[in-house]
Amino acid sequence: MIITNIEIIPGKKVTQHLGMVQGNTVRAKHAGRDFMAGLKNIFGGELKGYTELLQEARDEAVGRMVAQAEAIGANAVLNVRFSTSSVTAGAAELFAYGTAVVLE
Amino acid sequence: MIDLAIVLVLVIIGYIFGQRAERRHFESIIDREEQYKSLLCFSERFPPTQSPPPDVALVAGNVVISIDYFKRIVAGLRMLFGGRVTAYESLLERARREALLRMKEDAMEKGAHSVFNVKLETASITKGRGRQVGAVEVYAYGTALIEKTGS
Repeated sequence: MIITNIEIIPGKKVTQHLGMVQGNTVRAKHAGRDFMAGLKNIFGGELKGYTELLQEARDEAVGRMVAQAEAIGANAVLNVRFSTSSVTAGAAELFAYGTAVVLE
Repeated sequence: MIDLAIVLVLVIIGYIFGQRAERRHFESIIDREEQYKSLLCFSERFPPTQSPPPDVALVAGNVVISIDYFKRIVAGLRMLFGGRVTAYESLLERARREALLRMKEDAMEKGAHSVFNVKLETASITKGRGRQVGAVEVYAYGTALIEKTGS
């Protein structure tokens, strides 16, 4: 499975377009991490817990997108975009979408 | 009175640790930018045609950075008068450069020589209390071109 955020794959031809595929996940931060983040808000600096949390969540969103693409028989996803939105104060939605295609 | 004292102590702590953390962070950013200079990044959508065609892979980097208490107070005061909020400017600059560096690190690990269509996405992580920006997340992603080996 090839995933890119450009519209072409160098040296390969797209033989079939299968439409859009997407994957999302909504994550909430847990209380322990939130407490540490509260402390960090005084000292400043990177919130490693959040960085990891969001990265894991994005990986999961991409994983779901890939699963969907595989289910419809694609072997590549082009023009992948990411988007983040906060649903409520404590939770964020991470969303990945792209075009599923069949390469020769 | 006690409340005021607590706020004052927090401001002083925030100033000392925040300034130190920022200075160190900038030093490390400049250091690593020098290190990854050979990797080219473009916001161009289409890579030039080359033969043999390279492999492609999605590379990404993210970072969440929090503001310190001193800067938050300064920014709060700035809101009264308007104008440039330098406290947040440096926060966002740090976050963007760090995210790009992490993306480059990812690309270097995969053996890439350039990254195309680099996009940056910023999200604010708000805390429940007040609606101030407590922390900011920056996500950088792009398509790495990896030259095929052994062909």
